[in-house]
Amino acid sequence: MTRGAETKEQSARRFVVRVMLVMVFFVLAASSLMARAVHLQVLNKDFLNQQADSRHLRTEKISAHRGSIVDRNGEPLAISTPVDSVWANPKELAAAVDRVPQLAKALKLDSQLLMRRITQSMDKEFLYLKRHLSPEQAQQVMALKLPGVNVLREYRRYYPSGEVSGHLVGFTSVDDDGQEGLELEFNHWLSGESGAKRVLKDRLGRAVENVESIRPPHHGRDLRTSIDLRLQYLAYRALKSAIRQHKAESGSIVLLDVQTGEVLAMVNQPTYNPNDRAQYSAERYRNRAITDIFEPGSSIKPLILAAALESGRYRPSSTVDTAPGFVVVGPKKIEDKNNLGRVSLTTVLSRSSNVGVTKVAMSLEPDQLWNTMTQFGLGALTSSGFPGESAGLLTHYNHWQEISQATLAYGYGVSVTPLQLAQAYAALGNDGEMRPVSLIALDKPNEGERILSSDTSAAIRRMMEEVVRPGGTGTKASIPGYRVAGKTGTTWKFAAGGYSHDKYLSIFAGLAPASDPRLAAVVIIDEPTGDLYYGSDVAAPVFADVISESLRLMAVPPDALPARRDDNIMQAMSQ
Amino acid sequence: MRFSDTQGLFERNEAPLSNVARMMRKLNLDGPLLGGLLLISGFGLVVLYSAVGANTELWIQQCIRLGIALTTMFLVAQLPPDLMRRWAPWGYFAGLGLLIMVLVLGEVGKGAQRWLDLGIRFQPSEIMKLAVPMMAAWYLHERQLPPKLGPLLLIAIVILVPTALIASQPDLGTALLIAAAGVLVIVLAGMSIRLMILLVLLSIPAAYALWNYFMQEYQKQRVLTLLNPDTDPLGAGYNIIQSKIAIGSGGLFGKGWTNGSQAQLEFLPERSTDFIFAVMGEEMGLLGLLSLLGLYMFVVARGLYIATQARDSFSRLLAGSISLTFFVYVFINTAMVTGLVPVVGVPLPLVSFGGTSMVTIMAGFGILMSIHTHRKLLPH
Repeated sequence: MTRGAETKEQSARRFVVRVMLVMVFFVLAASSLMARAVHLQVLNKDFLNQQADSRHLRTEKISAHRGSIVDRNGEPLAISTPVDSVWANPKELAAAVDRVPQLAKALKLDSQLLMRRITQSMDKEFLYLKRHLSPEQAQQVMALKLPGVNVLREYRRYYPSGEVSGHLVGFTSVDDDGQEGLELEFNHWLSGESGAKRVLKDRLGRAVENVESIRPPHHGRDLRTSIDLRLQYLAYRALKSAIRQHKAESGSIVLLDVQTGEVLAMVNQPTYNPNDRAQYSAERYRNRAITDIFEPGSSIKPLILAAALESGRYRPSSTVDTAPGFVVVGPKKIEDKNNLGRVSLTTVLSRSSNVGVTKVAMSLEPDQLWNTMTQFGLGALTSSGFPGESAGLLTHYNHWQEISQATLAYGYGVSVTPLQLAQAYAALGNDGEMRPVSLIALDKPNEGERILSSDTSAAIRRMMEEVVRPGGTGTKASIPGYRVAGKTGTTWKFAAGGYSHDKYLSIFAGLAPASDPRLAAVVIIDEPTGDLYYGSDVAAPVFADVISESLRLMAVPPDALPARRDDNIMQAMSQ
Repeated sequence: MRFSDTQGLFERNEAPLSNVARMMRKLNLDGPLLGGLLLISGFGLVVLYSAVGANTELWIQQCIRLGIALTTMFLVAQLPPDLMRRWAPWGYFAGLGLLIMVLVLGEVGKGAQRWLDLGIRFQPSEIMKLAVPMMAAWYLHERQLPPKLGPLLLIAIVILVPTALIASQPDLGTALLIAAAGVLVIVLAGMSIRLMILLVLLSIPAAYALWNYFMQEYQKQRVLTLLNPDTDPLGAGYNIIQSKIAIGSGGLFGKGWTNGSQAQLEFLPERSTDFIFAVMGEEMGLLGLLSLLGLYMFVVARGLYIATQARDSFSRLLAGSISLTFFVYVFINTAMVTGLVPVVGVPLPLVSFGGTSMVTIMAGFGILMSIHTHRKLLPH
């Protein structure tokens, strides 16, 4: 190194050397930069490209349209309407915190509550702000152009018939999954399969464009139920007014097509409106006609007598001595209201003699009695497949004591659902051929199973007609113009500690028209608290009301036109 | 090989001047340098149009800024180097005064106190980018070279005071650039290589002290995140990860102008400012990046050539420092965007959206042009 002052010449030359020196470092730096660019853009290209794609290419669900549920004539019971759900990525929405009140207003939510929900979900990337808005409302929210706020197309279930068919149809969750009733039972059939599409999304998660459809949605299929909405409505109206009139706890009506086994109507009280989810309570949303069991009481007697006729040891005109109006079986004294004396089986039924039917039942072989009851469908699930269905209770004859067989005769110690009882009566109406019940409209009736001879079922029907005729217990079930066969029942409810003597169940089960039955119906009124509580007074008029209207709607020709009136007309015409 | 042998690469000095060249000389402009700068700025405007999401309003705003910057360059080019030299201390001390004012009554923006509002809003630290090397060059002018220890210490103070003031704003990026500008003057002046090695060795314990006692938490975080960005992919590492993905997914030829998914779908943060290099990498690929780097290298080389041709040590040192500092700008930004160095807020010169730094840089090139075009007028 030179000591002392350099000349200008030296200084300039030293400068050039220094520039070269610094340049060496800088060229190294520039090279490292270029090497880095090559590293990223050539060597790591594929990985980073895939990383880029994974940032903006998203697979999105295309909601499948849930199938409709319609009645047998195509009237809608449950339909899906398109709705929009507004959701947000809280992290991104946080950038526009000052506009949350605006958002709350558009969503019709409380501003502070919404703010709290957003701050509480800060660690999440998805938060429903409000679900199932009308597309117009959602459009208004989106017009605010808030960061991280998006819309998801969904379908909302709407039940046009409301509480009339609520129990049967059931409902879906907010996610469109069946929760109850047919919506649950046929969820897979109805829901279809959602599709998927690939979309291009920006950092705020807004879909910028649809890239491709990966798989189209398979929309759900429609479900045509066996229900006839007109009959359903009739039954609903009649039951509701009866419940109100008799200040009853609850009730059910089941109406079956005798010839096909299809359920034409099924209503319960209390009920709920599936469109209004605020009403839900376990007590309201049970489809009691299928899930609840009761002791059938006297309404089981036609089945017992059918077993008696099938045994070959009895005919309708066979007599049984009911004097002195009671019979003692083991520790229990079984009574009639009046001492009827020696009466025919027909009278036993029409006057509902406990003593008579007990004596008949006691004379039968337990296995034969049990078999007939089992064939009538007691103690077994029906073929409805309805969620939560109860099988009822029928103790095997191996476990019977003497008293079991006696109480079975007048319908205690055995439990059935309203649907099971209706099914058993339908078998009596269908000439002894039992058709599996169906909640789905059938193109042709399901294969039936013969459980009784045609003669036996016809005989029982004739005997049941006497019940409704003057002198019988079920006169209030009679319908002008039609012959009705049926049976009343009034049972004490079983409560803690034994049978209560002030809580009743009023039952009427029957068939019409009796000459060629089309309808089987069961009416249950639980705990009527008015002056009247007998099945003959409470349930029978409801039966008459529903069946007469139904027969007219179904244009079933009357089988009991009073001949006298024809004569009158003839006379009037001739005069 | 002598460096002057390469001068023919840039200009045939004594060749008959063309009309254009004559006019350039008259306007005190340097043709090759101006050409390089216009190419970079033009390229920059094309990239920027895409980076602001085809927002014409913002784009026109940037065009106006470029116009202002070029005008500034032209005006500065008219000032003779002698004049600049005489004004250098005044400029330096005025700048220091403004920096102190910033600390007292500056405006706070994005958590840092950098802006001063004296009629027009500006960052006094920008002034120091030129004032510091000018002051250092002024001090070494007509002085014995290479500098001895005493003068070196004095210059060290000249550099360290504004650097410390700016670092405390805090604006680490600008502080580093200003320190670099000053240090480059000393290095070019011929500071002893042994001393430099000693300083490098001393810098190790200094760095330790810096880390433990002076660095802000966010600055430490940046360094740590650089070393392993995946530890905090949604927080501090987000920028680097998105930027690397943008560049890498561009490949050799890019995804096409305005077609970068990372940039256009706003995954890339600060896409029009600090991270615009990544937009370019994504949309124009390796080819685009290398072309831009090539242009930058050309401008730096031309600047250094001008430095070697300068007739006095003030001009020489200043021109050398400005040219090399320009390269440091480019390197820090591109190395940061590609994930080679920590994220410090340094824009890509002449390309990033924003006016202040562009005006300063063009003013610096104005000084270079002045130095080159006025040298004939200086006495030998």
